[in-house]
Amino acid sequence: MLATPPPRAPDRRRFLKETARMAGGCAVAGSALAWLARDARALPAQALRPPGALPESAFLSACIRCGLCVRDCPYDTLKLAELGADGPATGTPYFTAREVACEMCDDIPCVAACPTGALDPALDDIDDARMGTAVLVDQENCLNFLGLRCDVCYRVCPVIDEAITLEMSHNTRSGHHAIFAPTVHAARCTGCGLCEKSCVLPEAAIKVLPARLARGASADHYRKGWEERERNGGPVVEGIIDLPDRVPDSAFEPAFKLPEAGQ
Amino acid sequence: MSERAHLPTGQEAIRVKGWRGAHRYLLLRRLSQAFFLALFLLGPWFGLWWVAGTLAGSRTFGLLPLTDPLVLLQGVAAGHWPEMTALTGALIVLAAYALIGGRVYCSWVCPINPVTDAAHWLHDRLGLPKGWQPKRSARLWLLAAALGASALTGTIAWEAVNPVTMLHRGLVFGMGFAWAMVAAVFVFDLLVSRHGWCGHLCPVGAFYGLVGTRSLLRVSARNRAACDDCMDCYAVCPESQVISPALRGGPGDTPLILSPDCTNCGRCIDVCSVDVFTFTHRFDARVSAPPETVNNARSQRAA
Ligand code: SF4
Ligand code: SF4
Ligand code: SF4
Ligand code: SF4
Ligand code: SF4
Repeated sequence: MLATPPPRAPDRRRFLKETARMAGGCAVAGSALAWLARDARALPAQALRPPGALPESAFLSACIRCGLCVRDCPYDTLKLAELGADGPATGTPYFTAREVACEMCDDIPCVAACPTGALDPALDDIDDARMGTAVLVDQENCLNFLGLRCDVCYRVCPVIDEAITLEMSHNTRSGHHAIFAPTVHAARCTGCGLCEKSCVLPEAAIKVLPARLARGASADHYRKGWEERERNGGPVVEGIIDLPDRVPDSAFEPAFKLPEAGQ
Repeated sequence: MSERAHLPTGQEAIRVKGWRGAHRYLLLRRLSQAFFLALFLLGPWFGLWWVAGTLAGSRTFGLLPLTDPLVLLQGVAAGHWPEMTALTGALIVLAAYALIGGRVYCSWVCPINPVTDAAHWLHDRLGLPKGWQPKRSARLWLLAAALGASALTGTIAWEAVNPVTMLHRGLVFGMGFAWAMVAAVFVFDLLVSRHGWCGHLCPVGAFYGLVGTRSLLRVSARNRAACDDCMDCYAVCPESQVISPALRGGPGDTPLILSPDCTNCGRCIDVCSVDVFTFTHRFDARVSAPPETVNNARSQRAA
């Protein structure tokens, strides 16, 4: 005689309950982790990634936080972010321009050291690095803008006369001097931070910002007429009548008049 | 159970084998853990760059790349296909642990192991209750959750909290508040859950366990016939559920501890006063003859 098999339902029920509990716990833990990991994606403005770093979102999927780039940087520019003490995602490499800037090594040892490609090995000319963009953020304190000849940020730039130039204009304050305005050209600026590092003021008037803060963006459909005309070798639309420009002079009679003071 | 079960764990082994003999693998493990840490510290402390990097990724003698396969796997889940160097490094690490035993990482390399060991030691001394004991499989679920979170957020998610790499990176590069993370693991193991972190939750250990499922290096309860049921091995083993199938197996059952959860720490070997356990490879299923048979043979001969 076969004994009746023991009822299996309680077993199965327990199994299902255990699995459901584990899956629930897993979902909670996963969400908490996802929230934490998302939180870590906000990169502080003054933290710059090493040369060749992939865009931040891709970088966080690629960088294993090994620190080899840090070790191979001959100027000790790079640091690994420490938990709770620094802003960037914990363990990822960054630098603060005002502390130690990137010296733009010709052989880019940091990129060569990176095992994962978080620092893009396609970067073979350091002049093509885009760690950020320098912005002269404070014209009111920049010595050159005050009409003096400090020029330090301009002189230290490894891409001098291309990434940063001095643009001369009339000094209206003194009436008979010039202002040499340090002017950054984003297309050539690598974001190395040497200008910010070297600014003689107690707080730098020129700062390297991540591109997302430093730069605006043109809308896709905007066309610059003068560029289009050049490309086209003539007006883009035929038959446009070019009306004479109205220049205000004595003969000019506006269609309406502002009310005179005292009327 | 013999009367010796009343003695504190390990006393008998110390009496029979001496303190050194009863702590052989413990000492070797601490040496090994210190050795691997020292390799990484030679550079920053003494300018000797034999090994650069961290456990997540390193370069030895300027040439040999090693990468933590789990970190890399999360990167892949997050959508980044790594360069050859990291892939090679991960394959070497995978091959090594698949061969010698995945959780050898846990007891011979991982810097968190001394922390959780210390927590367990104190837990024992204070005679605290077991506390919360989630299923052992929780760590596998957590491993799946970590990979899922990586895919979901496009970041290497577990590295945001992983105390293993955090402690190691902290020691080699600078701590920040990683201490808090390590302290949390210690307190968790001490007050909330006995063997909680390494035994139930850590997905890194779970991952290496999976890697070493078919690994060669195994502990065998070869001399299980000599077991006098003192239960000391169960008391010291961080994964005590793995012992019974081998130790309590009948004739014909393998004496090998084949569970991937076994960390190959060798504590069971140390603590056993009658030397039931020994390190061997997975194809060595020899069992020593039970002492009774020896005695019987002898008495028969005498008669
Ligand atoms: S380019 Fe040179 S100075 Fe700049 S981060 Fe890389 S290694 Fe350091
Ligand atoms: S070397 Fe690459 S993977 Fe390693 S920390 Fe630097 S950027 Fe990250
Ligand atoms: S960050 Fe400053 S110094 Fe460096 S390239 Fe740009 S303008 Fe020059
Ligand atoms: S379980 Fe995790 S924390 Fe514990 S020893 Fe293994 S890897 Fe380290
Ligand atoms: S069975 Fe032995 S070697 Fe394996 S984990 Fe337990 S004590 Fe360590």
